[in-house]
Amino acid sequence: MRLVKRRWKDVRVGDFVRVLSNQIIPADILLLHTSDPNGVCHMETANLDGETNLKQRRVVPGFSTPGKPFQPQTFSSTVVCENPNNNLNVFKGYVERPDKRRTGFGIDSLLLRGCTVRNTDDAAGIVVYAGQETKSMLNNSGPRYKRSKIERKMNTDVLFCMLLLFFMCLIGALGHSIWLETFTTMPSYIVPDRNGNYTPSVLAGFYMFFTMIILLQVMIPVSLYVSIELVKMGQIFFITQDVELYDEELDSRVQCRALNITEDLGQIQYVFSDKTGTLTENKMVFRRCTIVGTEYRHDENAARLAVVSGANEEEEDTLYQQTKLPKLPLEELQDSHTGDKNHANTQVTAANRHRSRVAAGAQCDMAFSTPLETVVVPDRKLTLEVDRQMASILSGPYLDFFLALAICNTVVVSTVTAQRQRDKGRSNSDGSFHIMGQWFRKGSLRNVFSSMKFFKRDGETLADPFAKDEDEPDMFHSSDVSDSTTGQKVLSSEGEVKRSLSRTEEVCYEAHSPDEAALIHAAKAYGFTMVERTPYHVTVKLPDDTLLKFEVLDVLTFDSTRRRMSIIVRHPHTNEIIMYTKGADSAIMERLGNVFSDMSQVDNVAKQIAVKTQKDLDMYARDGLRTLCFAKKVISEKEFKAWFAIRQEALSAIDEKEERLMDTATNIENNFTLLGATGIEDRLQENVPETIQALRRAGMQVWVLTGDKPETAINIAYSCKLLDHEQDLVFTFSTNRKSVCKMRLEDTLGEVRRSSLSPGAEVQFRGNNSGFTLMEHSIGLVIDGPTLSMAMSDDLVEQFVELCKHCRAVLCCRVTPLQKSSVVKLIRQKLRVMTLAIGDGANDVNMIQAADVGIGVSGQEGMQAVMASDFAITRFKHLQRLLLVHGHWCYSRLANMVIYFFYKNVAYVNLLFWYQFYCGFSATAMIDYWLMILFNLLFTSAPPIMFGIMDREVSDSTLLSLPELYKTGQHSEGYRRSTFWIAILDAFYQSLVCFFIPYWTYNGSDIGIFSFGTPMNTVSLFTIILHLAIEIKSWTVVHWVIMIGSVLAYFIVTLAYSAICTSCNPPSNPYWIMHKQMADPMFYLVCTLTTVVALLPRYTLHVLRGTLAPSPHLGARQLERLPPSRREQRIREWRGLRDTCISPSLRSQEHSSSPCPTA
Amino acid sequence: MMASSYNAKDEDGLHPGSVGSGGPGSVKSKKPDNTAFKQQRLPAWQPILTAGTVLPAFFMIGLIFIPIGIGLFVTSNNIKEFEIDYTGVDMSSPCYICAQNYSWDSTSVCTCSVPFTLDQHFDSNVFMYYGLSNFYQNHRRYVKSRDDSQLNGDKSSLLSPSKECEPYRTSENKPIAPCGAIANSLFNDTLELFYIHPNGSRIAIHLVKTGIAWWTDKHVKFRNPGGSNSNLSVVFQDTSKPVNWRKAVYELDPADPENNGFINEDFIVWMRTAALPTFRKLYRIIQKKKDNMTPTLPPGNYSLEVTYNYPVRSFDGRKRMILSTISWMGGKNPFLGIAYITVGSVCFFLGVVLLIIHHKYGNRNNSADITN
Repeated sequence: MRLVKRRWKDVRVGDFVRVLSNQIIPADILLLHTSDPNGVCHMETANLDGETNLKQRRVVPGFSTPGKPFQPQTFSSTVVCENPNNNLNVFKGYVERPDKRRTGFGIDSLLLRGCTVRNTDDAAGIVVYAGQETKSMLNNSGPRYKRSKIERKMNTDVLFCMLLLFFMCLIGALGHSIWLETFTTMPSYIVPDRNGNYTPSVLAGFYMFFTMIILLQVMIPVSLYVSIELVKMGQIFFITQDVELYDEELDSRVQCRALNITEDLGQIQYVFSDKTGTLTENKMVFRRCTIVGTEYRHDENAARLAVVSGANEEEEDTLYQQTKLPKLPLEELQDSHTGDKNHANTQVTAANRHRSRVAAGAQCDMAFSTPLETVVVPDRKLTLEVDRQMASILSGPYLDFFLALAICNTVVVSTVTAQRQRDKGRSNSDGSFHIMGQWFRKGSLRNVFSSMKFFKRDGETLADPFAKDEDEPDMFHSSDVSDSTTGQKVLSSEGEVKRSLSRTEEVCYEAHSPDEAALIHAAKAYGFTMVERTPYHVTVKLPDDTLLKFEVLDVLTFDSTRRRMSIIVRHPHTNEIIMYTKGADSAIMERLGNVFSDMSQVDNVAKQIAVKTQKDLDMYARDGLRTLCFAKKVISEKEFKAWFAIRQEALSAIDEKEERLMDTATNIENNFTLLGATGIEDRLQENVPETIQALRRAGMQVWVLTGDKPETAINIAYSCKLLDHEQDLVFTFSTNRKSVCKMRLEDTLGEVRRSSLSPGAEVQFRGNNSGFTLMEHSIGLVIDGPTLSMAMSDDLVEQFVELCKHCRAVLCCRVTPLQKSSVVKLIRQKLRVMTLAIGDGANDVNMIQAADVGIGVSGQEGMQAVMASDFAITRFKHLQRLLLVHGHWCYSRLANMVIYFFYKNVAYVNLLFWYQFYCGFSATAMIDYWLMILFNLLFTSAPPIMFGIMDREVSDSTLLSLPELYKTGQHSEGYRRSTFWIAILDAFYQSLVCFFIPYWTYNGSDIGIFSFGTPMNTVSLFTIILHLAIEIKSWTVVHWVIMIGSVLAYFIVTLAYSAICTSCNPPSNPYWIMHKQMADPMFYLVCTLTTVVALLPRYTLHVLRGTLAPSPHLGARQLERLPPSRREQRIREWRGLRDTCISPSLRSQEHSSSPCPTA
Repeated sequence: MMASSYNAKDEDGLHPGSVGSGGPGSVKSKKPDNTAFKQQRLPAWQPILTAGTVLPAFFMIGLIFIPIGIGLFVTSNNIKEFEIDYTGVDMSSPCYICAQNYSWDSTSVCTCSVPFTLDQHFDSNVFMYYGLSNFYQNHRRYVKSRDDSQLNGDKSSLLSPSKECEPYRTSENKPIAPCGAIANSLFNDTLELFYIHPNGSRIAIHLVKTGIAWWTDKHVKFRNPGGSNSNLSVVFQDTSKPVNWRKAVYELDPADPENNGFINEDFIVWMRTAALPTFRKLYRIIQKKKDNMTPTLPPGNYSLEVTYNYPVRSFDGRKRMILSTISWMGGKNPFLGIAYITVGSVCFFLGVVLLIIHHKYGNRNNSADITN
């Protein structure tokens, strides 16, 4: 058998493919063989679902021999599987051997394209789907051309303009024919054609139609499209220049990748957010624990965290230097192994990148283990306690607690060999961790020192307890060593280290959840290190460096009903069967060994422990920590045997397997002895709750779509104030049956409708909650992936959407990338709303593309999200400024500019149209052609562009403090059909004025055509410029320069042109006309009067509106004039007012133009 | 896309990396400049349009416009204007016969005499206009039908006029000078004015025929070909006269070489096409008397002697003769004065309305803003 290298594109269904470690899987492959003796293959699916832990895949049994190379020649069976589909979690099929024996397989035997093989030297299998049919490709709905909402609306308005043009031309054509009909003989001023014949009047009218189109075509604002592009470029320039959106740590500005939808940022109604890495840092940090009733605060650790968060540039660079260490021999081996010539290079860059990540405290690529999270500074008191127990007895609640922390999980230990390149930095962090955990190894000192530096900077000497081996050769970190004269305590001899780690050069944990990673690292900090896990054994290294190898008897995995997991092990020393359990506090507390249930046998100590622990737990919860309880149970041999038999039966069951398994688990999980509890902090990104609140107040609905477990998701939702414990009525949808789903939907919908219809209830709520009206918005919906797909099926979708409309917050858990995008699409299409999707991972790409505006959070999880996004930011909090300030600005600027542009063109063109009534509809222009062209191109083009780029109605600080101002954009108040028609009407009025005042002035006089046109042109210029001046809300130097410059340009160009051009532009004769006019006082009188009359209505209307019915924006502008202290007070007052004021109007479907705020 | 993602990640790692490798400070940060312009913090004037703030503007406009309007109105009223229609549509009209008989190619000369009476005396210079109604000199194809370079004295254009002149470009295989429909339809009535002295004698009033065109037209825009060659008949020898003309262009004013050919002022005035179908064109100027004591035109009876050449019946046109004095604002037109007065009054009225509104509503806002 010989393997050949093939390109991805050449891989066909039915090929046998072997993939090596760290390679990306080229197609969907049915796994038939791995190098792993247990027949498993690990793969990382971050590219597909954003989950960063490793997934285990098993070979289809019976087609290869473990330990021997795969022999595809011997494969003679038929693979039958389902048609290609996009479901990443379901795959069914069987292999039929020649002897008709069938072996079934499922998704756990399928290697998915786009994933990466990890921890497995090689894996081989047969391709079942290739190319476009692979699940990842089917999940990847291609890019969508995005066009902004304003532009879509504008296009219809352009159609209206065309219609208007058509009618005007039709009038011209008819008028011309009728006018020609009135003559019996042709007068001398009607010019015959070359042969002296006159065109018949009907035909002449027909021709005139097209001549009119040419004359009046400016009506269709072609220049508008060009101007819009320019304006958007300017807007994008200012967005990217915003220093507030600049991330110091990543040295990155906001990126505007889509150039044409800036104003959509100002119209967002629904925000769909990813959770992991977007709302959270994805950092689980061990904060506190309580062991047998004693609380250990871990103040040192807290202090360290505080310092690390505030670490400045200097330390980052130190860190960076440290990560760029020489490669370990093993890695070099790996390099040559993969044969990647650029490897070394990429490694360094990966490390470079890591530097910023470490510094930013961002999530490390996998297993949630940046130093920030993994490094736990042990509580000194607790360390002493552990040491004491270690010294005296080899068992005790403290040891049990840490053993439980170390082994009661599903964390996989991976080694450096299997490390991916990009985890280089992490291996260092692990190295540092070893020292913290009082281990010592060569080449991994530097991170500790950096940590120490943090401490020193903070004026503390936390590094004191740690060791520095003075004999350590300072090969790579001489500079650091000089800094670190403090480390002093060596607890382990090198020989022992080498013995214990002879195989595993470094220990890396692949945890399924960040919690587990945080816990296992916490255990490690106290010296309890899990060094190996196989399906049958788990090995833990104790602080005194003895290895305990537990035999794993059974693992009762976590499920959301029991809300706990257990591991049953046999203690190597005592041979006892011990069950360690961890779980949610309620799930453990109610099953403690008869503490509360049986009062007669009250064990006073146990009871006290439980009470104290509960108190601590309550405190943790108040602090926003995620709590987990740990318990232990010693099971007698007999009991276990009996139980195990039932368990085995359940395992082999076919019907109701899951229920039976759960029953067995419940049967054994009781009579716990409480060991303690932990408090873990899942760090939200900074200002996430504030941002969400601001977005809400701006009228946006915030949804969170996550692939995460419901528990985690809900927890985060509460901590980021998406859901509120007190105010929200949370409905959870999680079911596998459609009928149940349907029932729930209907019930909930009924309930929601009832409550929203009863005004009495609302009053009560308002009374209770200090001005917040809650009824409509107090509903939170939590729905999981399977239920979601049912709810989105055709028959239920209407109800689902209806329900969603009533919800203040929706949280979708366990959703696939495709579901994310289909949710976005559903809401976008059904509710016809503007949607925004924000995410950081590859799993958010679809959603980002499906939404009207896609935002990528960069610097966390690779670049796919950013690549697919329209805008890329670095922190979730930037969304607030991006939407509320820039979005709003861009929207109102562009909307105003577009309206103004329509107005401008119509006003100008109509001048020519009115003239047709006085020139026999012969399409004469009374304005010189060049001046007409320049009028649009030069004299009046810059002001609206500047207006679109720079106008600012309300300052950014006011917009941020009053998110309600954003609502104008959501309801498209800046640019409605009515606004458009008002602008057109105003244009008609103004053009009438601009034409007829000069007309009546000059009627019957000896004025020439172009002498007649010149004042009109001038008046139009003044009117158009001053019209804009009325609309401009803030005048900066740029405004003045451009406005005055435009007028000056007009006069200079016109004067120069009419001075130079004696006969250059027949037939328009501009010669000396402007000079003649400007020497005539009548010219100025006409211009003044006309301008005033033309603008009077608009000006008066603005004034009246400003006085009688000021818009919220006007109120906000008046606020800005107040001194800062008064302003704050007024803003607070206003908020109170709006809250009470807006909500009734919201209920009546968003007719919220009530003049509440300034009343 | 998925496939290439891994590379993308690594490549993307380059930029922060490059920052790092340069050490702190040596690589330019991407941090945007914190300038007022880039951060959109330029000092700005932010006017708020409310009744209170714009009140003065309205009153100001009112106060300025009304006097201007009154001034204009008075000025316009002081202008004396006399107009007489001599088209000859009515049977009773003296020019009826001429109007009936006339066509372009008629060779006979028809004259008529139109008597009229001035009730007021006209002082200062009196401008004599001819007026045409319903004459669309602004028709697009008519306006185009000329060759400005020919009129500017360009030799080559003289002999091969612009195509715009079609069909009045050539006649009898010779180029027409001046070519085009405008020139072709030159107004060719001759008007003379006589004062009928109470004693019955007819005194011809001296009509000045120069100074009626724009100086720039006469001296820059319109030039005779051949420059200083005063013998225009030689210059124009290879050209043909416009088909409707009785005489060639060099015979327009044989007596005055400075008013002959293309620089004939009657011709220049005609060539400046009127903007509206009812227009007047300056024909002659009656200069004020030297002594300043007697009016230019005393009240009394006058007679307008018309050599009736110009046909207007085909388009139902009218021909008028207008006598007008002139002020700084041009001819008589009360419109602008009235408009100024009206707009001024409206603004004043609006100002009052706003004042009331301001007192009723504006105060409430103010108190909320300031005293609250």
